[in-house]
Amino acid sequence: MEPVPIHMKFDIEKIRADFPILNRKINGAPLVYLDNAATSQTPQQVIDTIVEYYSEYNANIHRGVHSLSQEATERYEGARKIIQNHINALSDHEIIFTSGTTHGINIVANGFSSILKAEDEIIISALEHHSNIVPWQMMCEQTGSRLRVLPMNDSGVLNLDEYRDMLNPKTRLVLVDHVSNALGTINPIKEIIELAHQTGAAVLVDGAQACPHLVPDMQDLDVDFYVLSGHKVCGPTGIGVLYGKEKWLNSLPPYQGGGEMISEVTFEKTTYADLPHKFEAGTPNVCGAIALGRAIDYMNDIGFDNIFQYEEQLLSYASSKLNSIEGMRIYGPPSNKAAVISFNIDGIHPYDIGTILDKLGIAVRTGHHCAQPIMDYYNIPGTVRASFAFYNTQEEVDRFVNAVIRAKSMLS
Amino acid sequence: MKTIKEIQNDIVDEFSMFDDWMQRYEYMIELGKTLPLIEDQYKTDDNIIKGCQSKVWLHAELIDDKVVFTADSDAIITKGIIAILIRVFSDQNPKDILEADTAFIDEIGLKEHLSPTRANGLVSMIKQLKLYALAFQTQISE
Repeated sequence: MEPVPIHMKFDIEKIRADFPILNRKINGAPLVYLDNAATSQTPQQVIDTIVEYYSEYNANIHRGVHSLSQEATERYEGARKIIQNHINALSDHEIIFTSGTTHGINIVANGFSSILKAEDEIIISALEHHSNIVPWQMMCEQTGSRLRVLPMNDSGVLNLDEYRDMLNPKTRLVLVDHVSNALGTINPIKEIIELAHQTGAAVLVDGAQACPHLVPDMQDLDVDFYVLSGHKVCGPTGIGVLYGKEKWLNSLPPYQGGGEMISEVTFEKTTYADLPHKFEAGTPNVCGAIALGRAIDYMNDIGFDNIFQYEEQLLSYASSKLNSIEGMRIYGPPSNKAAVISFNIDGIHPYDIGTILDKLGIAVRTGHHCAQPIMDYYNIPGTVRASFAFYNTQEEVDRFVNAVIRAKSMLS
Repeated sequence: MKTIKEIQNDIVDEFSMFDDWMQRYEYMIELGKTLPLIEDQYKTDDNIIKGCQSKVWLHAELIDDKVVFTADSDAIITKGIIAILIRVFSDQNPKDILEADTAFIDEIGLKEHLSPTRANGLVSMIKQLKLYALAFQTQISE
């Protein structure tokens, strides 16, 4: 197939030069990193921010009168503002720093365990990652509430007609990912949220896989809770964001007790601090939050529209090349998907393909991608997943596809 | 009849003939095709080795005081790995199997070239082979 030139509105070589890890060789071959849905790579600008924090103004925040503490506090709260502006939240105290998406979901699930009753229902989409399944199962064990699964079709698209039928006055919560990590499906969350609100249900959206590709607008979506992870948007690990509407965050009890989250403590009674501190017990990941803010700025400098358009071209180029391989099956919708390709080749185990690709310097993910119910739906042990980022190139796609062809000939 | 140590040395020699790991993987895939396959009746969930990311079924029988292993896997490289182990341990006395060390795996560099999950699977396979040997050993001494 003739390579179709891919257009980009940024200088890809300049961008690649920002990522030191892309110079690495794996098993003697230059690294082709296509496991971006698991973790994105970190640009020098973010690495510098981390180094700068520990070299110049590392201090505990919010309580010191000394200059370093004030500087660190300003930068930490500045990062909160960056996130607020980025996702268009109404107020910066609706932005809670967490350790990641999983932590954010657990805060909300824990909060709802004291609100929900046995007769209440929760709708969960069939496309969820384990981190948006297990906390709710644990919560339902406590409350006795019923978890109902919103089914998907063979293309990995949620069935909205069925969703309309499932919604009823007993529905208190709807849980859905913005983008499926296993299949790349972009879910129509605006419509899902609107319908949920019509029956009075709140919605939590797992945005971990969406935020590397697009910008969610909290006010436009009118979403109740939205969670994301820093390490998927060029930030460090161990930092994430829980967005919650103020009224919800005020009505949920705190998740963890400790310092920072209190107003007054006596041995008889403790009053909690206001938002956002109520949910940020203990010394937070100050450096991580500041570095996440830098990562969001970095991506905004490139422009998410540019990123999305470029990744879409990589996706379509890679998909059509892979589809020309005999026995190829790509899972997920043909359109309206993020730059993720989940596939199998007839008669070949995904682990075998992943192992050979690794020997050729290509990093992909194999397995169930922490979404076992999706694998069960297709009755497969797992898939090979290649996930792309804006720093990947057309040439890397070629190397990846050639490696898949080589693996196939070895393994069949 | 070769001893376990002799077979292990054979395998180390065979793997040393290759220049790179792609060739070694190709060889492992070939070895997988020689695996004595488990009979369908034994391909049950009970016989799946726990701790492997891909499915591995293992069955053992005691024939003339020797343990005879058969196996299968849904992944072809895993099939090669279990084939290597079976070549070493099958048709041997339970006592010899129990006493055998597995340093040859480090010598051929297999473990470091497997992903951590696969390396754990390898450990589980060896453990399961030895458990069978232990069970038969007990049976014989009774």
